[in-house]
Amino acid sequence: MSQITLVRVAVIAGFVLLIEALCRFGAINSLTLLPPSEMAAHLLALLGSGEINAAIVSTFSNVAIAFVLSVTAGFAAGAVIHALPRLRRLCDPLLASYYSVPVFVFYPLLVSLLGLNRWPLVAIGFIFGVTAMVIATLNGLDRVPRVLLKLARVHRMSRSAEALRIVLPAAAPYLFTGGKLALAYAFIGVIAGEFILSGGGLGYAIAYAYEAFDNRTMYALMLFVLIVVTAVNAAFYVWEQRLLRRRGRA
Amino acid sequence: MSASHAELRGVSKTFPAAGGQEDVHALGPVDLDLAKGEFVAIVGPSGCGKSTLLEVLAGLTAPSAGSISFEGRPVKGDVPAGIGVVFQEDASLPWLTVWDNIAFGLRRNGTETAEIKRRVREALSFMGLDNFAHAYPAQLSGGMRQRVCIARTLVLEPRLILLDEPFGALDQQTRLLMGDELLRLWRTTGATILLITHAIDEAVMLADRVAVMSARPGSFIDMVTTGWGVDRDSRVVAATRFGELTARVWTRLREESLKSLGRGAGRVRVPAELSA
Repeated sequence: MSQITLVRVAVIAGFVLLIEALCRFGAINSLTLLPPSEMAAHLLALLGSGEINAAIVSTFSNVAIAFVLSVTAGFAAGAVIHALPRLRRLCDPLLASYYSVPVFVFYPLLVSLLGLNRWPLVAIGFIFGVTAMVIATLNGLDRVPRVLLKLARVHRMSRSAEALRIVLPAAAPYLFTGGKLALAYAFIGVIAGEFILSGGGLGYAIAYAYEAFDNRTMYALMLFVLIVVTAVNAAFYVWEQRLLRRRGRA
Repeated sequence: MSASHAELRGVSKTFPAAGGQEDVHALGPVDLDLAKGEFVAIVGPSGCGKSTLLEVLAGLTAPSAGSISFEGRPVKGDVPAGIGVVFQEDASLPWLTVWDNIAFGLRRNGTETAEIKRRVREALSFMGLDNFAHAYPAQLSGGMRQRVCIARTLVLEPRLILLDEPFGALDQQTRLLMGDELLRLWRTTGATILLITHAIDEAVMLADRVAVMSARPGSFIDMVTTGWGVDRDSRVVAATRFGELTARVWTRLREESLKSLGRGAGRVRVPAELSA
């Protein structure tokens, strides 16, 4: 473990210990915040009881579907927009202002279009993530060095071979960033959608516990979501750093 | 040296300009014959169309007029088999190791694994990269990355090698040594070489003939035969003839370089102590 990683872990551990101490010694009211150890203990109990299994499966499967759809559709749309400069000129301002649209206002419309099931949530996660992937794809394709495209021609590569062997690997760091953002947006879209408008999933379970003044369950579930999202992001980060280090960009 | 290996006849290139501006006449018309096994260098002022000429000859860019042939067949649209190109910019593939970079073209054309290993090992040794086979380009210096690109071209055993300022990013000592490597490669493979360069000394040291180009639109204004033996190396820079040849090339090139800078020779102020 590098020194910087040790420092990072120490800072997080110190923060957790500080919260623990403040809660244990009464500086923070137990109605406001629970000691982290109690959150963890209750989370283990919840996981052990199987009580939240359905919510976990529902949320993560929705996130996974939204992520896969965002990445594939975002990449395909990005590639098409990149290949058609006129379409690009049309789309650029829309893409630039996309995230100013409050997507959640469309939830009722999505429910009436897709029904009261998982698909409106998947759609919210997808709508959040897909544009990040489109923008990342355009960035990546813009930055493929022209000399590598000439190299492909010198090697008499077909269009598909050029795309697979040259363009995709050259654009990979940008596509990776797009994938990372799409995953984060999928989590945000799905969990926030469940929290506000759904009748199932981890977001709904947190909202339900909140409204029932069940602090232990609420904090345990929040801790669970935090741990999973951090772990997934950390795995992506390590993978990305490895990729960039090879290219001398980390 | 015998039959014409590659030739350009009346080749010119004009790039259409955007936004209602005038088209850019970048090159020609030019004629050039490369004999089999010959080493020809082209020097010219910046923006005179040297790289355009190379790309037209390689089949990477279509000429606006004229014809190009390689080994008797017309070059149209695609890069013909047997032509290798080394670019001025770093064209190493950053996601592949040195070994995989060098083997890239061989794998593409379906060469057998054992043969790939043999050729890549030879190329690594030839280019002094034996200890870096498993390194990534980001871990190498600019000069080493350029050697990887040359090695990747070399293993395909091209019959015509086109080099577009391959040593442009290197310091003078490394350029001289890389020049020696290039001459060794030329002698070993018997390939025809066309080298585009800014450096007059590099062109005179390496080539059998040095073609001097005018300012844009580039055309040939002189063809200097160096008369070096096949076994030459960078030590020719100490020869009296080397000075004479570089002086001749520079005399022709100076006026053109001034034109490309937008200044006529007559308008350049010469300090009194030099003009005396």
